[in-house]
Amino acid sequence: MKIVTICGAGIGSSGILKVNAERVLQRLGLTATVVAADLASVDRVAADAQVILTSGEFVGAIGPTRADVIVIDNYFDSDELSAKLEAAIG
Amino acid sequence: MSLPALADRAIVLGARAADWRGAIRLAGDALVDSGCTTAEYTEAMIRMVDDHGPYIVIAPGLALAHARPGPEVRCDGLSVVTLAEPVEFGHAHNDPVRVVIGLAGVAAGGHLEAVAQLANAFNDAAAIPALAAATTRDAVRTILAGGGIA
Repeated sequence: MKIVTICGAGIGSSGILKVNAERVLQRLGLTATVVAADLASVDRVAADAQVILTSGEFVGAIGPTRADVIVIDNYFDSDELSAKLEAAIG
Repeated sequence: MSLPALADRAIVLGARAADWRGAIRLAGDALVDSGCTTAEYTEAMIRMVDDHGPYIVIAPGLALAHARPGPEVRCDGLSVVTLAEPVEFGHAHNDPVRVVIGLAGVAAGGHLEAVAQLANAFNDAAAIPALAAATTRDAVRTILAGGGIA
């Protein structure tokens, strides 16, 4: 299982999302590799990913992908992350 | 990069901004004043939102302004700006913004530890309103250290 978090620069907000996604996965007892990346590298980094976590702003720009694209509104809300991740992969 | 100690010049309380560009500029100026970035980095942070939209508003009331590592970053740094009047960034869920955090990193990988510490502090849902209401720089430092509400 591979999850990619996407933001514009690939360092700030995607990093926050990666850290919080890892915490939620651990709590759910799910195992996955979580990688933070920028929008420009999404095709390469997410080619073998099952899930992409991102903001609503990037959905259109991510383009065609086999991964489930999940929009997170509040990056610090572990309940939101937990519910959306569990629905996608749990 | 662990969360750098916040210099006085990196914390600006109760500032006023006319719009989201002004709000990001305050966080950028604080990074410049603390010696971590050049003014070009501030413009790069604004450009991220021009290019990609207001995705940096990652939680209700909080914008995480940042751009890519590059020559305009001299050291890893963080700034915190609280706004006297909330500012609309145009985000679908998390407007208006009361707190802007400026983040600069010399290298892409090095951000993660600092980012993890930020995540720790903000996983407490009370942290953003507490930061917005902080009246001293030490209160800001305590909240960001995950020390709860000062």
